[in-house]
Amino acid sequence: MTTAIGKEKLLRMYRQMMSIRLFEEQVNELYTRALMPGLAHLYSGEEAIAVGICEALRGDDYITSTHRGHGHCLAKGATPNLMFAELLGKRAGYCKGKGGSMHIADPATGNLGANAIVAGSVGIATGAAFSSKHLGNERVAVCFFGEGALGQGIVYEEMNLAQLWKLPVIYVCENNLYTEYTHFSETTAGDILQRATAFGLQAERVDGQDVRAVYSVASQFIERARKGDGPAFLLCDTYRYTGHHVGDINRDYYRAKSEEQHWKNERDPIKILTDYLISENITDNAGLDRIQSDVAAEMKAAVEFAVAAPYPGAEEVDQDVYA
Amino acid sequence: MPEAIATRELTFAQAVREALAEEMRRDSTVCIFGEDVAEAGTPFKVLSGLVEEFGTNRVIDTPISEAGFTGVAVGAAMTGMRPIADIMFGDFLTLVMDQMVNQAAKVHYMSGGKWKVPMVMRTTLGATRRSAAQHSQSLHAWFSHVPGLKVVLPSTPYDAKGLLKTAIRDDNPVIFFEDKMMHHKLKGPVPAGEYTIPFGVADIKREGEDITLVATSSMVQVALGAAELLEEAGISAEVVDPRTTWPLDEKTLIDSVKKTSRAIVIDEGYGRYGVTSEIAAVIAQGAFYDLDKPVMRMGAMHVPIPFSPPLEDLTVPTEKSVAEAATSLCR
Repeated sequence: MTTAIGKEKLLRMYRQMMSIRLFEEQVNELYTRALMPGLAHLYSGEEAIAVGICEALRGDDYITSTHRGHGHCLAKGATPNLMFAELLGKRAGYCKGKGGSMHIADPATGNLGANAIVAGSVGIATGAAFSSKHLGNERVAVCFFGEGALGQGIVYEEMNLAQLWKLPVIYVCENNLYTEYTHFSETTAGDILQRATAFGLQAERVDGQDVRAVYSVASQFIERARKGDGPAFLLCDTYRYTGHHVGDINRDYYRAKSEEQHWKNERDPIKILTDYLISENITDNAGLDRIQSDVAAEMKAAVEFAVAAPYPGAEEVDQDVYA
Repeated sequence: MPEAIATRELTFAQAVREALAEEMRRDSTVCIFGEDVAEAGTPFKVLSGLVEEFGTNRVIDTPISEAGFTGVAVGAAMTGMRPIADIMFGDFLTLVMDQMVNQAAKVHYMSGGKWKVPMVMRTTLGATRRSAAQHSQSLHAWFSHVPGLKVVLPSTPYDAKGLLKTAIRDDNPVIFFEDKMMHHKLKGPVPAGEYTIPFGVADIKREGEDITLVATSSMVQVALGAAELLEEAGISAEVVDPRTTWPLDEKTLIDSVKKTSRAIVIDEGYGRYGVTSEIAAVIAQGAFYDLDKPVMRMGAMHVPIPFSPPLEDLTVPTEKSVAEAATSLCR
């Protein structure tokens, strides 16, 4: 059961999902052109989760993100210019080039930081929820993580604490089926939702490709948390279109191309929203094409900005170690 | 300290408790997380009475989830609180390493200076309590090794209070190690008035001419005892306490050794790759041409701490062993 979502919100969701998709396409391009140092983990295919949830949040709510974090950061309001600059290690980037793809953080948008330790930010998100409750500012914290994080014990320590203390935190598990190069069924015993309900958390499973469904259940959980009724766990079924990272090209040994094609053709989150917007006469193809070309131009300009931006000076290497 | 200000004799535990209470009165964002910290006041009874004044919303009993509540402290510190995480035995620090090393220590740098983590981790060190291998270690060297953390090793009630207040007000993650043998056994003068002690400033606990004993935490009293023995033998020992291993007051250490020309570094952590190694290297580099003898190091024996008392006592430097070592260097 999905709640009614206004036209403006739906079109914004479309734009945000398109932004993430085209951002990641540019990241892959930067990698293949050898303009980007290191690697990056693309969020393509999972856009509906970040957008559905962040659209249900206030601007001053908190998120924590993961190594596959570009989508979360953009959905919470990050600017592509500063994102690309960070990915290229430039001074203008969100973290002055010191963090890179896996560590984008931004207090202005409530982004406590992407985190390259799997489940590394579960404590931080729960702590932010503690502050919110203690300071009485009614902020909600959302903790994004992949299903791989379910293997880490701290997830369960934090869910226990959050429920004991009725903290306003939502744990969002993005099950994209693969823990790096291993199918989740080989690493995950029992029922995932029961791991949360065992602690008394509200828990639901949702189609992570349907942004309207994600938004609906997220809105309920967030409102509930904000009122002081405690944490929740949202399990989102999704799929990672590309490899574990941009360099993971030959994937035949762990998954079939036909599986990838199935998700891209039948379960694409942008296509699912497009079909809805057209069938409900909310917009037409021309309207959506305009959004797409706007976003494409924005991304192109952002890449140009980042490529042209200077690197940090050598004197900055030992700055910001201590506050 | 000015004579006009009243000075009391407090135990180490009382000094710690007073620092916490004063800072919690001053700043409502200071809170304490830990196992049995509230009504029980910790098994060491260091926090007794705090929950009565500040309530269970600020003195918060946690499950036995060291990583879990430390993670909460990191996140709470980033978002407006000044939390203190209480890790009962320093041995349990192994359970919080990711939160402290990969998260707390790096958040500020990784975010380009945008987020900060003003938290304190209070914990303990030290052997000879007959607590065996998993409740007796001194693991402060691990944290001293990591950029982004500050490490505090108070050796007197006066230092404990002033340094803890500084730790709570610091905008960085600070690990504060207390020798659990000192909590109720060590008494000392503590002024009644407000004071803080800056980090990175060593304290000369005793002045001397012939040899410098650099000692930390539990080993400061050992070094002072050794200095008494040495004085009887006609050797004048200077005892220097760095008080913080990071930031480290290299100048005071080097200046002392330039004066005495001999040095022993004494710390209850393991010697190998430890605090004594680092400080000995600092001295060797900074006072090389003034040294009459190689810098000597004394620390915990390189074994897991044994339970049996006669064995355990062999693993830690004593007044006698330090005095003997100093005598051999001054011969």
